[in-house]
Amino acid sequence: MKSTKDIAALLDEPACEHNKKEKSGCAKPKPGASAGGCAFDGAQIALLPIADVAHIVHGPIACAGSSWDNRGTRSSGADLYRIGMTTDLTEQDIVMGRSEKRLFHAIKQAIDTYSPPAVFIYNTCVPALIGDDINAICKSAQERWGVPVVPIDSAGFYGTKNLGNRIAGDAMVNHVIGTRDPDPLPLTVQRAEIIIHDVNLIGEYNIAGEFWHVLPLLDELGLRVLCTLSGDARFREVQTMHKAEVNMMVCSKAMVNVARKLQQQYGTPWFEGSYYGITDTSQSLRDFARALNDPDLTERTETLILREETRIRKELEPWKARLKGKRVLLFTGGVKSWSVISALQDLGMVVVATGTKKSTEEDKARIRELMGEDTVMIDDGSPRALLKIVHDYKADILIAGGRNMYTALKAKVPFLDINQEREFGYEGYQGMLELVRQLALTIESPVWEAVRAPAPWKKREVNNG
Amino acid sequence: MADILKRNKALSVNPLKASQPIGGSLATLGFNRAMPMLHGSQGCTAFAKVFFVRHFREPIPLQSTAMDQGSSVMGADENVVEGIKTIAEKSRPALITILTTGLSETQGADVHRNVREFREANPEFADVAVVAVNTPDFTGSVETGFAATLTEIIRALVPDAKEAGTYPGKRKRQVNVLVNYMLTPGDLEAMRDIFEQFQLRPVFVPDISDSLDGCLTDEDFSPVTIGGTLISEMATLGDALATVVIGPSLLKAAELLEQKTGVPTYNLDHLYGLKANDALMSALAEISGNDVPERIERQRSQLQDAMLDTHFMLGQLRIAIAADADLLNAFVEQVQEMGAEVVAAVTSCNVPLLPRIPVASIKIGDLEDMELIGKANKVQLVIGNSHAVDTAERLGTPILRAGFPLYDIIGGYQKTWVGYRGSRQTLFDLANLVINFSHEEIPVYRSIYGQKPASELSNYPPICH
Repeated sequence: MKSTKDIAALLDEPACEHNKKEKSGCAKPKPGASAGGCAFDGAQIALLPIADVAHIVHGPIACAGSSWDNRGTRSSGADLYRIGMTTDLTEQDIVMGRSEKRLFHAIKQAIDTYSPPAVFIYNTCVPALIGDDINAICKSAQERWGVPVVPIDSAGFYGTKNLGNRIAGDAMVNHVIGTRDPDPLPLTVQRAEIIIHDVNLIGEYNIAGEFWHVLPLLDELGLRVLCTLSGDARFREVQTMHKAEVNMMVCSKAMVNVARKLQQQYGTPWFEGSYYGITDTSQSLRDFARALNDPDLTERTETLILREETRIRKELEPWKARLKGKRVLLFTGGVKSWSVISALQDLGMVVVATGTKKSTEEDKARIRELMGEDTVMIDDGSPRALLKIVHDYKADILIAGGRNMYTALKAKVPFLDINQEREFGYEGYQGMLELVRQLALTIESPVWEAVRAPAPWKKREVNNG
Repeated sequence: MADILKRNKALSVNPLKASQPIGGSLATLGFNRAMPMLHGSQGCTAFAKVFFVRHFREPIPLQSTAMDQGSSVMGADENVVEGIKTIAEKSRPALITILTTGLSETQGADVHRNVREFREANPEFADVAVVAVNTPDFTGSVETGFAATLTEIIRALVPDAKEAGTYPGKRKRQVNVLVNYMLTPGDLEAMRDIFEQFQLRPVFVPDISDSLDGCLTDEDFSPVTIGGTLISEMATLGDALATVVIGPSLLKAAELLEQKTGVPTYNLDHLYGLKANDALMSALAEISGNDVPERIERQRSQLQDAMLDTHFMLGQLRIAIAADADLLNAFVEQVQEMGAEVVAAVTSCNVPLLPRIPVASIKIGDLEDMELIGKANKVQLVIGNSHAVDTAERLGTPILRAGFPLYDIIGGYQKTWVGYRGSRQTLFDLANLVINFSHEEIPVYRSIYGQKPASELSNYPPICH
C-alpha cells in the first residue's frame, strides 16, 4: 500500500494551480452523494491506450470485470490492450495469502501467451489492504522472466481519478521513461532542407482516432512524435520520452507531473495546448515552433496554418450558418472548458454557461476572457442543477461527458458527448467538420419535436378543457 | 451430469464474470423509488454505473460510501451511516440497499450493524426501507449477487403470514413471480401478457420492465428509480395464489418466501424453448384453473413450425456458450431441443446448478477458455455477451449476443427471449446467423486441365495441396 506520505507527495503538484488556490476539485467525497471514479480508474484510463503492453489488473473481478475492453481509444496496430487481464482474486487467495503467488504466475502466463514487450500491474483496493508487496513481485518477475514488469500502485481508495492519472504518470517516469534511446532517424524520412525535431504529447489519448487528424500535420512540419502518452503508444516509444526537445501537455493537466518531472530530470521544456477548435490547433502548432526556437519551422508553420485555416473555414461556412447563435451549456468537468469554448465560438455559437468544478483560477480567468465577465460558471454538476441551467438560460444543447447523456435525453434536451468513451474524433482542423456535423445532427433532429409533443388525443383533451 | 472443470490458471483473460455488487444493484433497480449504495471506494460504483448505462442506455441511480485511505484502514462505519442518511434526506427513497464490495469485506465491515445503528439514531426515516447484503467481489458473480440481494429484500420486507394475517389465495388472481437476473424488460412484458391471458395478475419481484424499460416520462429527472415493484406490494405476497420462480439461482429466495408466507412455489429453470414453456403453461393452467388460451396454443404451434424450418440450420451445429449458470442452462436446453451440440460451455463461477446442466463438461473460466475449447472443437457459432464479440471474430464464427453486458448493440436489453414467441425469435436469429455467416462451403477446386478464361484464374492464388 502507498503510504499517506506517498499520496500526499502525489497530491502536492507544484505545476498545478490547485496547489495554491482554492481546490474545489480535490474535496473529500461525501458518502451517499458522490460521483466519479477512483484512483485505479484514473490510472487505467491513463495507460491502457499503450497498445502492446499486457495490462494486468491485480484484484477481485469487480475492477477489471466491469471495465476492460475500453473501446474509446484507437491503435494503429498492436491490440493487446483490448485483451482484459486480471488475477480475479478469490476468497481463498485473500484469506490464505495466496494473492502474491497468483500475481507472480499470472505475469508468467501473460508473457508465455502473448510475449508482450512489457507487463503493467495495476494494484487495487483488496491487495493493497492485505499488504501485497507488488513492487517486490514485479521486480522478481522481471528478473525471472526477463521482461519489464511495471508496478502501478493505484488502489481505488487512495483517491480520485485525477490522483490515479498522476500515479500512472509517476510510474512511467520512475520505471519506463529513459530506459531506451529513440531509433535513429531513418534516411528515407530525412529532408535536406529542414531540421527534424523530436517532441512528445502528454495526455493525448487518441479517442476515436482523433489524433490522426493532427499527426499528419506534425509529420509535414518535421516534428517527430517520439511518444504520445498514451494514445496509440507502444512501450518502446514511452521508453524514449526523455529525449524529446519539447513536451506538449494536451488539454488536461491530469498528467502534469510527467511534464514537470521530465523538465526537472532532463530539462525538457513544456507547454500546455489543445487541438480542439481552429484557434487552439493553430496556437498549439505555433507554440511548438516557438518552443523549439526554429525560425524556419515558424515560417513553415505559418504557411501550413494559413493553408489549413483557409481550407477548413471554407468547408465550415455552410455549417456555421446553421449553428450560428445556437446556445450551448458546456459541462466538461472543467479542465477542457476553455479549449472547447473557443472551438464553439469559432462556429459562432453562444456558450451560456460552463462547468468549472475542476478548473483552476487560471482556467477560470481564461474562460472569463473568452466569454465575458458575467459568464455563468457551474460548480454543482448534479443532473438537477444542469437541467435547471439548461432551462433558465434557454440552452439549445448540453455538451458534456457520457455520464450526463441520459440526464439530457430523459429531459428531452439535445446532447453531444465530449468524453473519452465517445465514438467521434473532434481534434484538429479536420475534427471541426465532425464536430459541426454532430452538433447539427442532434440540434436539428426532428425527434425533439416528436418526443416533446403530447399524444394527439391528449392535446385534444387540453383544447377541450 | 456435467463434469465441472475448475479454474486452473493464474490469470483470467477476457473475463466473463461481472461481480456480485452488480447483480445486487440490478436486483435493487427493479424496485420502485430505490437506490443501491455500494460500500466501497468510489470506483466500485463508477464502474458499475458505466456497466449499466452502457447496457440499458438509461440513467442509473447508484451511490457509494466513498471509502478513502483513512476509512479503509481505520474503519468505515461512519461512511455507511452517513451515506444512508444523505440519500434518505436528499431523495427519500422507498428502498436503499447497502451492498458490500471486495474492499469493505476484506476490511471486515459489518453493514448489518451499521444499518441497526442508523435505525436507532434516525427514527425519522422509519419509512425508508434499508437492506444490507453481503456481496463481496471475490466470490460469486452477477447471478449470485442478484439472488442474495433478492433474498435479503424478501427477508426484510415480506412479513410472516402469522404476524401479518396473510393467507395464500386471499388475492384470488395474484401470482408472485420471482425472476432472476437473466430476464430482460422485454421478457417480463411478454410474461405479463401470458399471465394475463390466464386471467392472473402477476407481481414481478423485482420488476425491471417497469424501471429499466426505457420509458420516457414527464419528469425531467429522478435521483431514484421510477417504476419497479412497489415496496408496499411486498406485504401482499403472502396473499397470492402461488409463487412462480424463474431460475435455479433463486432457490433460496423462493424457499424463504414460501417459509414466510406459505404460498406454494412452482420452480421453473427458465422459459427458453418448447419444453420449458410447456411447463410454464401447465403451471399457469393449474394455478388459474383455466384452460390454456387458444392464442397461446397457436403460438405454441408457430414455435413448432419454426423448429421444423430451422432444424436444417441448427441440427448438429457446434455451439459455444459463455454465460452465468442459469442462462447457460437455458441456452443449452433450447439448442439441444433443436439437435445442436454444445461443444464449449463456459461459466463464471461454481454454483449448485452446474452438475445438472446436460452437457459433458462445463469450464469455470473466462472467454479465453471458451476461445481455446471452441477452437479445439471446431465451434460454428458463439452465444455470449458483447465482450465475446472479439472472441467470435477470432474464432471466425457468428455470435448471438445474450446476457450482460450488451453494449455494442441498441435494444439488446429489451429483447424478448421467453415464451413460445420469444423462443421462436431466438430460433430465427440463430438460423439467420448460420445462413448468413456460418454455412460451410465446399472449397473451390480448379482443374489443372480447366479451360476457364485466363483473366478469371489470375484473380485467385494458386491452390496448394
